[in-house]
Amino acid sequence: MLLIDCPHCGPRAQSEFAYDRTLDAIVQLAMVPSDAMTTLYTRANPRDWSDELWHHRSGCRTWLVVRRQTVTHAIESVRAC
Amino acid sequence: MGRVSRYSALALLRGALTGQRHWDRAWRDPAPRKSYDVLIIGGGGHGLSTAYYLASVHGITNVAVLEKGWIGGGNTGRNTTIVRSNYRQPALHNFFDFALGLWEGMSDELNFNVMFSPRGAMFLGHSDSDMTALAQRGDALRCDGIDAELLTRAQVAALVPLLDMSPSARFPVHGGLTQRRGGTARHDAVAWGYARAADTLGVDIIQNCEITGFTTTGGRVTGVETTRGPIGAGRVGICVAGNSGPVAALAGIELPIEAQTLQAFVTEPVKPMIDTVIMSQSLHCYISQSDKGGIVLGGDPDQFPSYAQRGLPPRLEKTAAEAIALVPALSRLRMVRCWSGTTDMSFDGSPIISALPVDGLYLNGGWCYGGFKATPGSGYAYATLLATGEPHALARPFGLDRFASGATIDEAGVGPMPQLR
Ligand SMILES: Cc1cc2nc3c(=O)[nH]c(=O)nc-3n(C[C@H](O)[C@H](O)[C@H](O)COP(=O)(O)OP(=O)(O)OC[C@H]3O[C@@H](n4cnc5c(N)ncnc54)[C@H](O)[C@@H]3O)c2cc1C
Ligand SMILES: [Zn+2]
Repeated sequence: MLLIDCPHCGPRAQSEFAYDRTLDAIVQLAMVPSDAMTTLYTRANPRDWSDELWHHRSGCRTWLVVRRQTVTHAIESVRAC
Repeated sequence: MGRVSRYSALALLRGALTGQRHWDRAWRDPAPRKSYDVLIIGGGGHGLSTAYYLASVHGITNVAVLEKGWIGGGNTGRNTTIVRSNYRQPALHNFFDFALGLWEGMSDELNFNVMFSPRGAMFLGHSDSDMTALAQRGDALRCDGIDAELLTRAQVAALVPLLDMSPSARFPVHGGLTQRRGGTARHDAVAWGYARAADTLGVDIIQNCEITGFTTTGGRVTGVETTRGPIGAGRVGICVAGNSGPVAALAGIELPIEAQTLQAFVTEPVKPMIDTVIMSQSLHCYISQSDKGGIVLGGDPDQFPSYAQRGLPPRLEKTAAEAIALVPALSRLRMVRCWSGTTDMSFDGSPIISALPVDGLYLNGGWCYGGFKATPGSGYAYATLLATGEPHALARPFGLDRFASGATIDEAGVGPMPQLR
């Protein structure tokens, strides 16, 4: 299980959190539809370090940016977004 | 006595006199040639069946399957082997039923016992709304001539006497929907059977050969870079399941796919206790008994991107809890092994069998947690695409262009959020 160090709550078990999407998949309101579609429907899907949006769903409910390695599951940083 | 490669009872009897030392190896171990008409990346069931149908249906035999590890070591060898075609949407059930037809003749066609066991694949319904959904699904299937049978609570109880049917059951059983032609198969045998049959027709199966790049000229693929040197190609088909993202990235392409871990586990072997596949309309827990006697269990993916091929305990716990609630006798069994595979979660939950934006480069992927059952149909359709450049009629809905056009085929209706699927 991942141990995610929430800046508000401290280290908590991954089962309290929900993954949402990678940062590059956040659609900006100003985007033209074709860019929004590409943003939402294609992913780099890296076998490497990845910047991800997580939600401390069963905790403080903060949205977090987690920098995580997708092979080793190592977490480099967690910050509120 | 000469070397023998055709499997038969007679050949087995003949071997009894010579200690069975007369068998040929099942497939050769060739060094890669300089170039091939078609290169297939990924030696799972899908890649191997593609090679077999290229050779057997289209007469294209100058083909190599390049596998970074050993064939069948990916999801083909890690899945819970459930084979069925009872999906709700026509594009899916018609495609998967074509595959199911090929399963029925596979052992004979390949001269390899894949132990396809049509013991029935049943969904349980736990509420009125579950039963409505199951009835709708059954109707949709029968409209397309695919077998589906709605079962009453009593019929389900007779089929699986060990289900908890007591008034206090955690998941009350209202009925079920079964597909009697569905069942399980021996996963390794599927890879080996296709490998041997393709090899016999002249296909080179090259293991320990990882693709590390593509070579292109004027926007057209001309070959691949591998850990065993460069290999030229007329056409290249990617067929790497969970690694679709990283391999497509080598050609500068991003896909509507995210990799996730899916786990499964098996108990110690016991005498026959469950002789059908049990799934559920509300739970993501599936139960079957292998021919060796172990109870094979699977559940939800770990719901975040991962290539670890190593799952997290909470999923196992949840799956085990659901399975035990359904079949309380399972609580007495010990779990002997658990394992994981990296699934290629597509953004509508349906597969992609499609040309890519680089000429001569194709993709077969996005099978999520359900591609084993498709193995023969997937290979057949991909062979059609690679041989002719045109999609197989049943695979036409599974083009990459559907995400831009909006014609997605989304059984769960959750869009580009694989963790919700
Ligand atoms: C735990 C689990 C349970 C499942 N249960 C079921 C089920 O009950 N029913 C069902 O229908 N489906 C099930 N599935 C899904 C099913 O296993 C897959 O969809 C299917 O096996 C995919 O087949 P494949 O041949 O495409 O992939 P794989 O067998 O994974 O083959 C892909 C191959 O590509 C190779 N490869 C990757 N990168 C490279 C590279 N760069 N160069 C060369 N080779 C490369 C890999 O080593 C691998 O051998 C399950 C999956 C898992 C993980
Ligand atoms: Zn928190």
